[in-house]
Amino acid sequence: MKDFGYTVIKQRTIDYDQFDGRLLKEVLEMEPSFKVCLSCGGCTATCSAGDLVSFNIRRMNLMLRRGETFELESEIEKCMLCGKCMLVCPRGINLRNVIMLIKKSILKFKPAKT
Amino acid sequence: MEVPSFIWPFTIGLLFISCFLVIIIGIWISELSRIDKSRMIHSIFTRKSLMAIREIFMESLLHRKIFRKNPLLGYMHMSLAFGWFLLIVVGHIDAYNHFHTLSIPAYKAIFFRYFITEPVSSFSGKILAATMDLLLVFVLSGVILAFYKRLNSKSFGMAKTTKLKVGDRIALVSLWLIFPLRFFSESITAGTHHNGSIISQPIGNILASFLPVQSLETPIWWAYSGSLTIFFLALPVSRYMHIPIEVVLIFLRNYGIKVHKRIDGYSRIQVYSCSRCGICLDSCQMTHVDIKDTQSVYMLKHIRNKNLTDEKLFNCLLCGRCQPDCPVGLELNELRITQRIESTKEYNSSYEYLRNGNALISPKTEIIYFAGCMTHLTPSIIKAMKEIFAVAGVKYWFMDSEKTACCGRPLMLVGQLEAAKKLIENNRERILKSGAKKLIVSCPICYKVFKEDYALYGITVQHHSEYLLDLMASNRLPINKMPMKVIYHDPCELGRGSGIYHQPRLLLDEYSELISTKSEKETAFCCGGSLANIKIDMTARNQIRDKALDNYLRYNPDSLVTACPLCKKTFTKSHKLPIFDISEIIHMAIKHKEEITEPKSLLKEEYIINLDSIGRKAH
Repeated sequence: MKDFGYTVIKQRTIDYDQFDGRLLKEVLEMEPSFKVCLSCGGCTATCSAGDLVSFNIRRMNLMLRRGETFELESEIEKCMLCGKCMLVCPRGINLRNVIMLIKKSILKFKPAKT
Repeated sequence: MEVPSFIWPFTIGLLFISCFLVIIIGIWISELSRIDKSRMIHSIFTRKSLMAIREIFMESLLHRKIFRKNPLLGYMHMSLAFGWFLLIVVGHIDAYNHFHTLSIPAYKAIFFRYFITEPVSSFSGKILAATMDLLLVFVLSGVILAFYKRLNSKSFGMAKTTKLKVGDRIALVSLWLIFPLRFFSESITAGTHHNGSIISQPIGNILASFLPVQSLETPIWWAYSGSLTIFFLALPVSRYMHIPIEVVLIFLRNYGIKVHKRIDGYSRIQVYSCSRCGICLDSCQMTHVDIKDTQSVYMLKHIRNKNLTDEKLFNCLLCGRCQPDCPVGLELNELRITQRIESTKEYNSSYEYLRNGNALISPKTEIIYFAGCMTHLTPSIIKAMKEIFAVAGVKYWFMDSEKTACCGRPLMLVGQLEAAKKLIENNRERILKSGAKKLIVSCPICYKVFKEDYALYGITVQHHSEYLLDLMASNRLPINKMPMKVIYHDPCELGRGSGIYHQPRLLLDEYSELISTKSEKETAFCCGGSLANIKIDMTARNQIRDKALDNYLRYNPDSLVTACPLCKKTFTKSHKLPIFDISEIIHMAIKHKEEITEPKSLLKEEYIINLDSIGRKAH
């Protein structure tokens, strides 16, 4: 192909026919308080890990809901579980449990590395 | 006299339980780490063994701790344990005395009265027989109380009692039957052969007046032997395993062995030493929100039955209120953390990102101040500490003012040991590189991990309450007693967790009017904000908090003072009274005094070493 100097943007489409909602379902079942998240971003603003590295709990929520289990695994690794997010959360979401549940369940639902 | 047939079930039962115990204790001791084994071997012939024997006598037989909790409950346990122990010992002495030999089989001592066919004539024999009768009545009084306790536990100072499983029920019923059956066996034999003593003889005579005692004798001794046998057979699957295992536990504990964040022989010995008395249920604040199946006693039960779920394992504040109450002295918090480590070991983080970037920089300093993640959410504590440092003229490095890893304790509390080690490694390197002599911490959660897991040799780790007391004692802080009635709330990790009760109180005595309350120090409540519980929701946390707060409000204090940013944050949300950290009180008192004498700005920035001046360029 002729190179016109344009970069090809990485495929960002999420194919909902391939959607894997098992992790999401499990987490919401075990920690229903996560359903009421309004994506205010308070958690991300206060995050201790976010101060050291690009880590965004709000984005993590998005990944979980999109079924991007594989990407989620390397993202969730960064959390230090200090608990600041829980204290600032206006909806009182039990975020440390959400993190622990994801870490645990991801082992079960992780797609094979491609 | 030929051997009666009823001794066989007893003898087989005794043989079974002896072999079982020798094997299982042998396995557990072989599972100890090599250091623990050598600790044990080197301590056997020292004073520690005598201390252990003394403790066994005081706690396993006399039950001093339960007496302190409730005298009636203490009497019940003592009459059963000490009474039964004396029955066995005096029974053997009685038998040795009668047969004039020490080589008699166990059944001859246990069923001694059956083998006496004529009235006792010797003086020593009469005294021993009377003692045995009195001891049996002593034990029976305990059995009656135990039965009554099952119906009405409140009168024993226990709001709740544990639910029993099948093995426990069988063992319990057989245990209760042993003593009445023994009593009737001896009485009936006394009625037949007139060999009884002060109590068994009159009862025997009464029974003989309307019962065919001659033909009842063998069946009732059979029943007695049977109940003993059932008890022996049910012992391994019941809570009564605590009777033999607790003795092993007390020896090992006196030899300096502790639970080491991993499941080994010692942690198993601890699990099996639980008597399921349920005393831990009463002090548990989870019952305030109707959670009644996650307490220590149930955790240990589930570990034994291998059916502990994460929902139960993680639904605990790890406040440690149950620990001082435990009559066996189990390390309940450590056991739970050990179990959490086991449950989450497959998904720890590696925190590769700490290996590069700011989290590695440290300047040269004498004193480090580490506020902690939680303190960053209560900036007033940081402000107070900064100004106090300035007043005292202390030059320090504010280590976690930005871009610093968490201390690792929150990970440890949920069992992520390997992940916590990564953070500890990183922070430890920074602390050591700075060459500091002192590390001052504002958060008790961080304080505990710095003290216990960081191995900071040569560095004094102090919670700010300890440090402020030192400053005050060396006249580096002005003293100003404010007319403010305060209650001090002991944070779990600082009080029960690290044993710091007095330093904050000494400080508050100087700077305010401290009032003492009923629930303080070891029995202090948890604020409900604990990071250790990841299962309860905010509503439950608020309920726990409000219950704890109600206890303080009864004393009408002007404010509640604590020494933990998380406690402060949790209590503040209730809006019921002003909540301060101890550093804020001192800051307030100093500022108030300065304003009266010479008004000036307290915050002197030059005392703070920050990374902008030295760090980034160096990296």
